Amino acid sequence: MENNHISGAEALLKSLICEGVDTIFGYPGGQIISVYDKLYDYTDQLHHILVRHEQGAIHAAQGYARTTGRPGVVIVTSGPGATNVITGLADALMDNTPIVVISGQVASDFLGTDAFQEADVVAMTQQATKWAIQIRRPEEIPAAVARAFYIASTGRPGPVVLDIAKDAQVGMMDWSHERCRAIRSYDPCPKINPQDIDEVAQLLETAKKPMIIAGHGVMIANAEKSLLEVAEKGNIPVATTLLGLSTIPSDHPLNKGMVGMHGNLGPNSASLEADLIIGVGLRFDDRVVGDFNAYAPNARIVHVDIESAELNRNIKTFKAIHADADDFFKALSEKIKPTNNPEWLAKFDTRDKFETEKVINPILKPAEGPLHMGEVIRAVADAAPKNAICVTDVGQNQMFAARYFRYHADKSFLSSGGLGTMGFGLPAAMGAKIGAPDRTVCLFVGDGGLQMTIQELGTIMAYNIGVKIILLNNDYLGNVRQWQELFFNSRFSQTPLVNPDFNKIAEAYGIRTGKVTRREDLADAIADMLSDDKAYLLNAAIGSDEMIFPMIAAGTSYEKIMISKNENYFPLK
Amino acid sequence: METKLYTITIFSENSVGLLSRVSLIFTRRGINIESISASSCSIPGVTKWIITAFTNRELLDQVAKQVERCIEVLKVFVYDDDEIIYQEVALYKIETNLLFEEPHVERIIREHSARILEIKRDFTVIEKTGHYRETEALFEELKRFNLKQFVRSGRVIVTQSPNEYITDYLVEQNRRINKINDATE
Amino acid sequence: MTDNNPIKLYTLCLYSENTVGLVSRVSVIFTRRCVNIESISVGACSIEGVTKWVITAKTSRRAMEKIAAQVERCIDVLKVFVFDDEEIIYQEVAIYKVATAPLLKEHKIEEIIRKHSARILDITDEYTVIEKTGHYSETEALLATLKPYGLKQFERSGRVIVTKSTQEAVTEFLEIQSQRLANNTTNS
Repeated sequence: MENNHISGAEALLKSLICEGVDTIFGYPGGQIISVYDKLYDYTDQLHHILVRHEQGAIHAAQGYARTTGRPGVVIVTSGPGATNVITGLADALMDNTPIVVISGQVASDFLGTDAFQEADVVAMTQQATKWAIQIRRPEEIPAAVARAFYIASTGRPGPVVLDIAKDAQVGMMDWSHERCRAIRSYDPCPKINPQDIDEVAQLLETAKKPMIIAGHGVMIANAEKSLLEVAEKGNIPVATTLLGLSTIPSDHPLNKGMVGMHGNLGPNSASLEADLIIGVGLRFDDRVVGDFNAYAPNARIVHVDIESAELNRNIKTFKAIHADADDFFKALSEKIKPTNNPEWLAKFDTRDKFETEKVINPILKPAEGPLHMGEVIRAVADAAPKNAICVTDVGQNQMFAARYFRYHADKSFLSSGGLGTMGFGLPAAMGAKIGAPDRTVCLFVGDGGLQMTIQELGTIMAYNIGVKIILLNNDYLGNVRQWQELFFNSRFSQTPLVNPDFNKIAEAYGIRTGKVTRREDLADAIADMLSDDKAYLLNAAIGSDEMIFPMIAAGTSYEKIMISKNENYFPLK
Repeated sequence: METKLYTITIFSENSVGLLSRVSLIFTRRGINIESISASSCSIPGVTKWIITAFTNRELLDQVAKQVERCIEVLKVFVYDDDEIIYQEVALYKIETNLLFEEPHVERIIREHSARILEIKRDFTVIEKTGHYRETEALFEELKRFNLKQFVRSGRVIVTQSPNEYITDYLVEQNRRINKINDATE
Repeated sequence: MTDNNPIKLYTLCLYSENTVGLVSRVSVIFTRRCVNIESISVGACSIEGVTKWVITAKTSRRAMEKIAAQVERCIDVLKVFVFDDEEIIYQEVAIYKVATAPLLKEHKIEEIIRKHSARILDITDEYTVIEKTGHYSETEALLATLKPYGLKQFERSGRVIVTKSTQEAVTEFLEIQSQRLANNTTNS
């Protein structure tokens, strides 16, 4: 018979296995050493990825979680080990990513004494987690692990922290594990009220200018199919938010593009004219809404979210529905009748044509000049397999990737949306590739963001992680530079970067590299990059004055949309 | 938006550290907590907290929803004064000599329906229960007589409805959990 | 734990500026030391602009004093004092809501009110609200008495205290501080 009188450290690992964990991202240290010692006996069941910095561990876990839909697990030591993951926790909380962080902690007797490597992790992470708890006795471990996984992965997913004191790791206990199925004070599955669905169906019947906006919640709820069913049955145009990208294929006729600061003219203009907006699984944050007082002046807004606290938080809704996105679309598709508003749909196409001529074609088919970010991204998207995953860092690279990549498969876009964490891209791409080894993972990253977590090239080398890194290198912090050029009289304060030879750095890590500066070499360079499934860094030289358009200036309404530095588009004129 | 004193009751599992998590939510929205009282309520294992704050209803409703997001929080209710029966207790310490030298003091105590809790040779403690303005009125009167110490409790409340609202919620949650357990067995 | 450091209920009395966010700063200090707060009441005191808090927790004197020292480090905290029950005069208020019918039926209401020195705040057909001030054991005793009559709601306030010294404990501290500020201004 199996001996279940074991240490807290071993109990932790066995409980993780019971929760279906097979991959861990982490970094050892003094107050977590007992767990790492036991891990030595479990390497056949738990694949541990040793990162180069704890921030890399949590971003990798985020990438893993968002491609697999399962919680990403991180193990770090006390003090600095734990504080180094806080950025990732805040990022995961904003972007609803299931993460379980296990941090070592000094022994109970030393708590509050400012012992070596002691930090009050639970207090520090309270505002950056869905749940954080300290464990001081070994027998508390299995139930805490079970609760952690239940809380992280249900309802609106999010990060949790288990801060485990040294004595709880070392102490002995009788282990058994039972998965958590319910918590009295936490109900993650709101029930749909059929009357609400009837009402929405009714609203759609009378609406002349309806639009669906699909957010990240649609992806998290695996509601891509039911969204499409509703859109097609009702003949309703669909826009997505940044993190909603890939919930509807890029080439679907009802996909009208992305909303927000750098979104497409069609859906952004439509928000001014629409009489019904059904927003599902999005927060209506400032980057989507622009001016909170001027948003969607003619629309009745139906807001569907699994988090009741999001409803009526940023904007006033006509109808707030507390529900899971998939439940909502499935229920609605039973009731929906086809709408027939050809003029309304045609408006999107007219504006799309205008945007293609004015903004997109000059980037995709330029006559001369340095490479554009958009053309590199589109060339990669066209050459890569259809189920490739697009991972981005933050800044211009992110917005260009969002706009110019093509999405054909579910869960193909991965980016730090809410928190906007530079340095997210490289480790997240690593985690995505580990979570989806059969898919091509393309990372689009700038020269600034790459250097924030560049040490993870070591992890890529050590574990042979086949990430395709496309460095959009303009020797500038491009997004801030753009704001400086547009709004601060071109005073480029602290945005030019003096860069190293990125190819040499990657090569030092044994990663194959390429470099492209001329348009005519682009296709070959990309073909070379995609010729195998190993890691690759493609260093693409981009013009330093590249700017991303269209753009709606922060906090302003959609009535004026910049389409170039000197040209505005006025949707209502 | 009208700003006035609202009362928030929070029912939670008795969990270490929840007070800081809850109060941070108020801090983040820039709302100052006027009074808190946390104590056990009539349901075993459940802690009831009463928080009062000057703010507007709309902001407070949002804060309440954020508080309810905390895993250990069972339910949150927001009330204005019309919806509840509430009470506070205040203690006042004055010099005992005053009782002999100032005839007003005894009359003040009587008029305010206060009572003397303790008389020592050098000081006397007066207790008064009532609403904020009542304990405040007595405070204003006694201030003229070299008031030595003063303290007022947080508010305690019961609602105008006959049951704890939370009871219905708990019954509902137990039903939900039983259903989940039945389904998995 | 040695006998001269027993675990019992201690009262921490804290004077602070009235600052947003202080509740959370103070309460995490308790959490970090694994001490659960039993009751907390925050309210006014006799000095204008100063907030007085009374927090009770079951722990040892030594642990409570360490917490007090950490709390006092918070910038907006003026002064912190630790008391046991002998050093203070304290009071709590409790309110009870019971169904009116059973109370009237047994003609017990007057006897209960009189025996417990309680007082009736409100009577309707449906319910009666009773108030009682006193120590924990006294409000608890009334709770036990009322339970058989269909207790609907019950709540007890955090503790309020005055010390056995004649001034607010913080008065002296404030005088020293204002002196220090005055000196600094004249020196510079």
